[in-house]
Amino acid sequence: MVSNEVLIGASGLTKKYDNYTAVNGIDFEVYKGECVGFLGPNGAGKTTTIRMIYCFLLPSAGKLEVAGFDVHTECRKIKAVVGVAPQEDNLDPDFSVLKNLTTYARYFGISKDEALKRAEEQLKFFQLEEKRDAPIMSLSTGMKRRLIFARALINQPQVLLLDEPTTGLDPQARHLVWDEVRYLKKQGVTIILTTHYMDEAEVLCDRILIVDHGRIIEQGTPKQLIEKHVGKEVLELDYDEKLPVLLKEAFQSARIERLGDRLQVFTDQPHGVFEAFLQKHKLQNVMIRNANMEDVFLKLTGRGLREE
Amino acid sequence: MVWHRNFDVFLNTLKVNFFPSLLEPILYLAAFGFGLGGFIPSIEGQPYVNFIAPALVAISIMNGSFFECTYASFVRMYFQKTFDAIVATPVSVEEVVAGELLWGATRATINATIVLAVISAASLFTAVPLVSSPLFILVPLIAFFAGLLFSSIAMCFTAAAPNVDFFNYPAFLFVTPMLFLCGTFFPLTSLPIPAQGLAFAVLPLTQVVNVVRGAIVGAVEPILGLSVEAILAYSVVWLVLATVLFFVMGINLMKKRLTS
Repeated sequence: MVSNEVLIGASGLTKKYDNYTAVNGIDFEVYKGECVGFLGPNGAGKTTTIRMIYCFLLPSAGKLEVAGFDVHTECRKIKAVVGVAPQEDNLDPDFSVLKNLTTYARYFGISKDEALKRAEEQLKFFQLEEKRDAPIMSLSTGMKRRLIFARALINQPQVLLLDEPTTGLDPQARHLVWDEVRYLKKQGVTIILTTHYMDEAEVLCDRILIVDHGRIIEQGTPKQLIEKHVGKEVLELDYDEKLPVLLKEAFQSARIERLGDRLQVFTDQPHGVFEAFLQKHKLQNVMIRNANMEDVFLKLTGRGLREE
Repeated sequence: MVWHRNFDVFLNTLKVNFFPSLLEPILYLAAFGFGLGGFIPSIEGQPYVNFIAPALVAISIMNGSFFECTYASFVRMYFQKTFDAIVATPVSVEEVVAGELLWGATRATINATIVLAVISAASLFTAVPLVSSPLFILVPLIAFFAGLLFSSIAMCFTAAAPNVDFFNYPAFLFVTPMLFLCGTFFPLTSLPIPAQGLAFAVLPLTQVVNVVRGAIVGAVEPILGLSVEAILAYSVVWLVLATVLFFVMGINLMKKRLTS
């Protein structure tokens, strides 16, 4: 349940390095119990923002409060109530799966018995019981991601930070992670996640912030964003030089985009307009689909490739 | 807690960590003490093997802590990202680095105690016991603080290291020269006077050799016309000040590296 209590609040939050600004004066709020997605191309400032939330990086300017604590002065209190699942694999290769969890619990000052109990619970939930005593080196990418997720929950956090939690996972493992996120949301855990998978953001997030070049360029619920920027439906068809003129006539207010040898037509008109058009014109290889977050994302951040 | 982590790893890898550190002093003692020593009449009135035995303890302190906080710490920081994982918990960067330094000092203490045990056992085969002062009981304590110094110096290099090969510089230009030039395998007095002064004034291993030799045989090699008391006092004060200085410096440099 999303409440109106602000759990994370940022204003004018900035992170500057010698010659570039990773995060450029952003303002945002995350409410208790909410799941918020940070979307943006590589280098947009998502990970930097996440890292400032758990005090890994100190902001260059601006205010940032987490669970009522200031990141400048009360890091230890913040870190006690935050769980972090970073993008990169930083599991401890010197220990087994179980020992990774219990050692990590010790850093939180959790007692040995309690740590063991929680570790076993997490292993069960993430279906890693069989790997309990296996060395980290022997785990697949999917198992490592799940263990990192399990480790982030060992302190029973109020706020969970998931930085690309499903990158590189197969569909089965991805759905396991999604189930866990939904379950935690029901438990009232506040979640911030970054992802490059738009379907993931659409399914999991109550609200989405789209960031680019260190700024928040748009925010809203997935539904709001889709309706506002791309309408309800998208018509996709093979490119033909006569088509753009034809389409422009039929859908005056539509936005038409060419992607290689495909055309995409976006319209804010109600369902059914595309069917009528297709009945008049016999065309091959045509698809009408619902508009989605990916359309929004590409519209707002452009199609150019980004380097890290 | 960071110390505890490293200790757990040490226990898990006891076989590869413990036995080599047991074998090394035995080899040194056999090769230099009993082998080479057979051709050397005596140094300062004592058999050669008695001269080098305390130095082997001092060298084990230096090697144990220096390599722990260069190569091993760097691997944990850079390749395993262990520090990144730990600082996401209530443990701070300063505490992570302090834990590493205390662990380096602990490795030095373990190593020095092993070597001390080895030379005590070897006394069975020597004319004069290799350990002849009751102050030898202080060796683990000395090893811990001297280990903290070498760990801290090592950590300053780790904070500056762009990659793991970088450690060839301090290992070959700093540690190896000290291994031979600090009154270890031959007395400082064999060096030219300016070099004697330099080794005595600035090289950390010289101080550790002095203090350890004082504890194990109850005397130090006289140098530059100074009294035994003056030499020992200088070395102890030097060690304390340098340890405090480098401890603070190591933590600060690492903090700078890890948080920017």
